[in-house]
Amino acid sequence: MTLKLRNLNKRYGPALALDGVGFTVGAGERVALLGHNGAGKSTLMKIVLGLIPFDGGEVQVLGAAPGARREGVAYLPENVAFHPSLTGEEQVATFLSLRRENPRGARDLLARVGLRDAARRRIGTYSKGMRQRVGLAQALIGHPRLLILDEPTSGLDPVSRRDFYRLLDGLAAEGASVLLSSHALTEVEARTDRIVILSGGKLVAEGTMEALRHAAGLPVALQITPAPGQGDAVAAALPGHHRAGERIILTCPPFEKLPLLAQVAALGPKVADVDLVPPSLEDIYSHFSRRDGQ
Amino acid sequence: MSLALSLPQPRVLPMSATLALTACEFRIAFRNRWLAIAVGLMGMFALVLSAAGSGPTGSLGVDRLSVTVASLTSLSVYLVPLMALLMSFDAVAGEVERGTLPLLLTYPVARAQVLLAKAFAHLAILTLALVAGFGAAGVLAALLDPEAARGLPALLRLIVTSVALGATFLGAGYAISARSRRPSGAAGLAIGLWLVAVVLYDLGLLAAVVADNGGVFTMKVFPALLLANPADAFRLYNLAASQATSVAAGVSAAAGAVPPWVSLASVLAWPVLAFGAALLSFRKVVP
Repeated sequence: MTLKLRNLNKRYGPALALDGVGFTVGAGERVALLGHNGAGKSTLMKIVLGLIPFDGGEVQVLGAAPGARREGVAYLPENVAFHPSLTGEEQVATFLSLRRENPRGARDLLARVGLRDAARRRIGTYSKGMRQRVGLAQALIGHPRLLILDEPTSGLDPVSRRDFYRLLDGLAAEGASVLLSSHALTEVEARTDRIVILSGGKLVAEGTMEALRHAAGLPVALQITPAPGQGDAVAAALPGHHRAGERIILTCPPFEKLPLLAQVAALGPKVADVDLVPPSLEDIYSHFSRRDGQ
Repeated sequence: MSLALSLPQPRVLPMSATLALTACEFRIAFRNRWLAIAVGLMGMFALVLSAAGSGPTGSLGVDRLSVTVASLTSLSVYLVPLMALLMSFDAVAGEVERGTLPLLLTYPVARAQVLLAKAFAHLAILTLALVAGFGAAGVLAALLDPEAARGLPALLRLIVTSVALGATFLGAGYAISARSRRPSGAAGLAIGLWLVAVVLYDLGLLAAVVADNGGVFTMKVFPALLLANPADAFRLYNLAASQATSVAAGVSAAAGAVPPWVSLASVLAWPVLAFGAALLSFRKVVP
């Protein structure tokens, strides 16, 4: 296991920032950490990095205490910042030296994140997205076995986001583990292996998106478009519906989906079209993160 | 401290990481015009003082450079701590405010390395300024007085102990910076420390000596209190060592009472103490 958390507790004064959190991240696994602002994501990450102490439980990073194996762990903080007087190249070169790598690799690294032309400009002149990309570049230094990325795609345009996840796929394929937090649920679904949802410092859900969808048991909607003139006949055959203009909408728990579809299919030519609308990622996320009284 | 936070430090401290950080810090200080400001200030004051110090030369039978060194000692006492504190107050608090500290501390470098790198860079700038400014004053004295070479050892002593004095106040500045939450608070504390250590401390001692009128305080306590302040120990050493006390009023009596090696020991011990305090404070910082 690259990262192992068990019954992790962290207090800030009387408030519990993390309350009995436990999960693992295996080699080559990409895990997304989701939660509202203040749910404990950044606190958890800083504990894993050894930046702040914790009050109870067990944390193992690369088989050792947090902060002990810093050479194998890379970090991208939320709203990453650098000294404005340094150029991107100088900053990355310094970070390369700190990881015992050749500082001449800075330009190539910046080119990998699309900053080749800006490498010799001072970071003070960079946009937020460009600073974020310098942050990504430094997280790619060496061969980190665990990447801790706090909102890595915030401030990036859609194309840069796609490039970023491509970089991440490459790292994971080489066996690096990734723990990232994000608010962008759709990109997280497509690009991570597992999801952990924190709410009010507690772990409220963990698993693949399919597993979470299943566990949430949120209703599925069927949108039925009747053949011309058949609206009333179709509606009569399907109790419990409501109508939206011409269309007839039925909702049902996931396990009744197939029988209901069979029922609709049995209506034959009376039905022109059927659309299946699964619960959205936002619905699933809200379901879990609100369960504990938020 | 690190134990309290259970943050283990790496076992080895390879120089390359410290050097890379030093180069980075030097670049930042250079771009913030610190080198230009320090060299300019030191050079200007040193030249003005050595030009103005031409008066007493002949009558006292001392070479011109020795007189200049006495004036430069007084300059160093005020200017070096001030420049050191101004360069250092932002060192930790600034990183905290900019948000650059957490990322740096996730790298495999010890906090001692981070602090040492800042100290090396700032000390390099201070040393360059001292060598340039005091060197210029030495050259000027040599041009005006053929006997000035006799004062050369005093000038070298002054430069070396000025660097030590600068290191002391750099360490104090880092300690203040690590204990302040914001750079503005650190700046206020730094100026306060300068006022107390360099100005008010001496005024207080002066008042006590005057009130004591040659009693036990003046004989026993006063020299010890001078040694306990790095700025006074610095002044004491340079005046006693160069035997320039005849041209410098004020601490002359005490300078005669304290052997130079004692004041030198104080001057050299202070940087170690100050840096130790800085490191203890920095280790308590939770990013």
